[in-house]
Amino acid sequence: MAIEMLRMQNITKVYPNGFVANTDVSFSVDQGEIHALIGENGAGKTTLMKILFGMEDCQTGKIFIQGEESRFSSPLDAIAKGVGMVHQHFMLVPSLTVAENAVMGIEPLKNGIFDFEEAVRMTQAIADKYNFTIDVRAKIKDISVGRKQIVEILKVLIRGGKVLIMDEPTAVLTPQETDELFEQLKMLKEDGHSIIFISHKLEEVMRLCDRVTVLRRGKVVGSGDVSELDEVKLSRMMVGRDVILKIDKPLSEPDNILVEVKNLTHRSREGVLQLDNVTFNLRAGEVLGIAGVEGNGQSELCDVIAGISSYEGGSVSINGQTTMGMTVNQIRETGLAMIPEDRMKTGCSVDLSVKDNIMANRIFSKEFRKGLFLNRKKINTLVDRYIEKFQIACNNRNQLVRYLSGGNIQKVVVARELTSGANVIIANQPTRGIDVNTTEMIRKLLIEMTRENDMGVILVSADLNEILEVSDRLMVMWKGQIVAIFPQADEVDEETLGEYMLGLKRMPVEELEALI
Amino acid sequence: MDLDWLVEFLFTIIRLSTPLIFAALGAVISRKAGVLNLALEGMMLVAALTGVVFSAITQSWIVGLLTAVLGSMLMATIISYCFLVIKTDLYLTCIATNMASIGGTVFVMFLLTGSKATTAEALRSMSIPRIDLPLIKDIPYIGDVLSGHNLLTYVSFAMVFFAWFLIYKTRIGLRMRAVGEAPEAVESVGISVPKIKYISFLLSGVFAGFGGAFMSMSYVTWFSRDMVAGRGFIGMSIMNIANASPVGSLGASFIFGGADATAKYLQLQNLPTDLVFMVPYAVTIIALTVISIVRIRREDRIVHGKSLRRKKATEKAAE
Repeated sequence: MAIEMLRMQNITKVYPNGFVANTDVSFSVDQGEIHALIGENGAGKTTLMKILFGMEDCQTGKIFIQGEESRFSSPLDAIAKGVGMVHQHFMLVPSLTVAENAVMGIEPLKNGIFDFEEAVRMTQAIADKYNFTIDVRAKIKDISVGRKQIVEILKVLIRGGKVLIMDEPTAVLTPQETDELFEQLKMLKEDGHSIIFISHKLEEVMRLCDRVTVLRRGKVVGSGDVSELDEVKLSRMMVGRDVILKIDKPLSEPDNILVEVKNLTHRSREGVLQLDNVTFNLRAGEVLGIAGVEGNGQSELCDVIAGISSYEGGSVSINGQTTMGMTVNQIRETGLAMIPEDRMKTGCSVDLSVKDNIMANRIFSKEFRKGLFLNRKKINTLVDRYIEKFQIACNNRNQLVRYLSGGNIQKVVVARELTSGANVIIANQPTRGIDVNTTEMIRKLLIEMTRENDMGVILVSADLNEILEVSDRLMVMWKGQIVAIFPQADEVDEETLGEYMLGLKRMPVEELEALI
Repeated sequence: MDLDWLVEFLFTIIRLSTPLIFAALGAVISRKAGVLNLALEGMMLVAALTGVVFSAITQSWIVGLLTAVLGSMLMATIISYCFLVIKTDLYLTCIATNMASIGGTVFVMFLLTGSKATTAEALRSMSIPRIDLPLIKDIPYIGDVLSGHNLLTYVSFAMVFFAWFLIYKTRIGLRMRAVGEAPEAVESVGISVPKIKYISFLLSGVFAGFGGAFMSMSYVTWFSRDMVAGRGFIGMSIMNIANASPVGSLGASFIFGGADATAKYLQLQNLPTDLVFMVPYAVTIIALTVISIVRIRREDRIVHGKSLRRKKATEKAAE
């Protein structure tokens, strides 16, 4: 019989604005167990974990740690009881070393002076114990995202943490880093640690976790052993209806060339070659997928085409106009729209209303002016129509985007970009970190746009499922180069794709040229 | 003969650099915790007046110095309370404090002495002693430059080391740097961010206090209206030029001390005084511009330098 490590009982949380985040939620984690907490965005997972970690209080309910009732009024209390959190956004100081970050708050002293060597020794000891390979003297700013996550885990372990809360840990990781992380989490589990794994990637839950609790609209709608469940059952619990994971799409009929990219070369500010002689075309009526392990130039390619970054050599032309020397706005006017990678930073302005965000790319148009002033009536009608059409769940058009859930924020971005009148759409990670329903909606919209409106879509995604399902044609990028082009994305299997993505294989130049 | 002039000039540079070093350190230590102290100017003014008044009352320079520092710390505490507890905007609060200090010190001076210009006639205040350095003072020329300065000048040198040690070698320094860079990271491990910010601001006040005391209790023993004359602001520029490094600030302070000293000498040369008085401030603007250009150039070299070199190499290879 497993020993119960932690139990949350009948938790109810109502925010001051009346929003009920959790209703009568109970769940428990055993020692040496990985327990998945899944649900769509806004289902109350994060709130529940904030309560457990002492960052929020709750109206009713109790928390038991190893059978003992505990009340946490701050994260400090939670840490003292062995509960640690690995935040989704890393809580690390970039210019300090791994060791300094790990011991922050419990710094070893020698004669009243910070003992750096002891900090290194402490961190190294924990890293060795759990087989984490990491240079503890390296500075945070010099290490990869995967390593940063290790540092976050080290921070919990070094404080004697027994329960790790992992808030969507794989969202920022490459597939390889994810595999590595899972190995390490399993090792921690063997050692008797308990892990709460928050995710909405069902495949990962099936692979890693022992038990699962599903939240929907703040309530527990199901739980059980992972071995007795499958992805279909889980997704049914999460959204309350069957989510179609397969997308039926009409055949693509590629037409004239919309975007022509020739020998494009780009370097980062640090001088690293990020785009190396990239050449390809985008045609009307197709979704061109760009696959690749993150950081191989896909995002840079999007930014360069959109004019956000400059380029060193080569050319880009959109609808027959070369974009050299154009401003971002001028490039947009040639017929380009973009769903950026980071919806919170570049996708929209979170402190503006839904209305302002939707209007952002067309507010200068004469259409919305009446004399010197804006035509409020016209604007409001249009915005309300889009809110309805794109099913944006908000109180009204004047609500600040900040208060929407991730999926709804993305819908605002999508609504703005897809209705801008452009015929080329760049979608960079359009469904990252959002709920299943919205994901499905966005994917369908992208396909619909190409089939019905004769538009072209460039889709960059880390989600292999997405890239294979949605794309018509598929390119693979590796170290800033295009290493493969598949004319039929649905005929590619994941293994072949993986070999190209990891740089194990590449198509000969002649073959690539023929496929452009 | 020429050398005597140089010795005197270098001595003046060190003398005039002293308050700048204190101001720069005050800027550095607050900058590290992300709460840049814009009120250095006002704090130094208040410290200068406090030092004069209390040393006159007690006839003790030690009490004067201590109260000067305490006065400045009190101001740091008031500003900290405003921006940390009642959440006013730090920079607006600091600017308001500066304005209040300029008027407030004159007002207090008028209440105590009946004069709005200077305390020189009414208050017999004390001065902080000069120190002759044993051994060094006997070295020809060098001894004349380095020895015989005010006690606070040597304290300022020591403070540079102290600030460096505090920031880079102690626990509180580590936390300050962390707070300045990623406050949410510090908060996530249960350390109180406002507390760290307060400590850093308070220390900034201590440095400003010493700087203020130097103004009114070393080479002169009176307080006069607006006697700090922008040195608090120059201290901030020094911090900026030195990239918030304590040791770098020491070096940069000498540059500005040099400008100040030059102005003092030019004054004797029958040049228009208003023009001459402009020199230290003009140097500030020029130095900030130059350092900014240097930084941009350096960045450009890193970004484009490599590619240029490679281009040349391939061209050569092609030939």
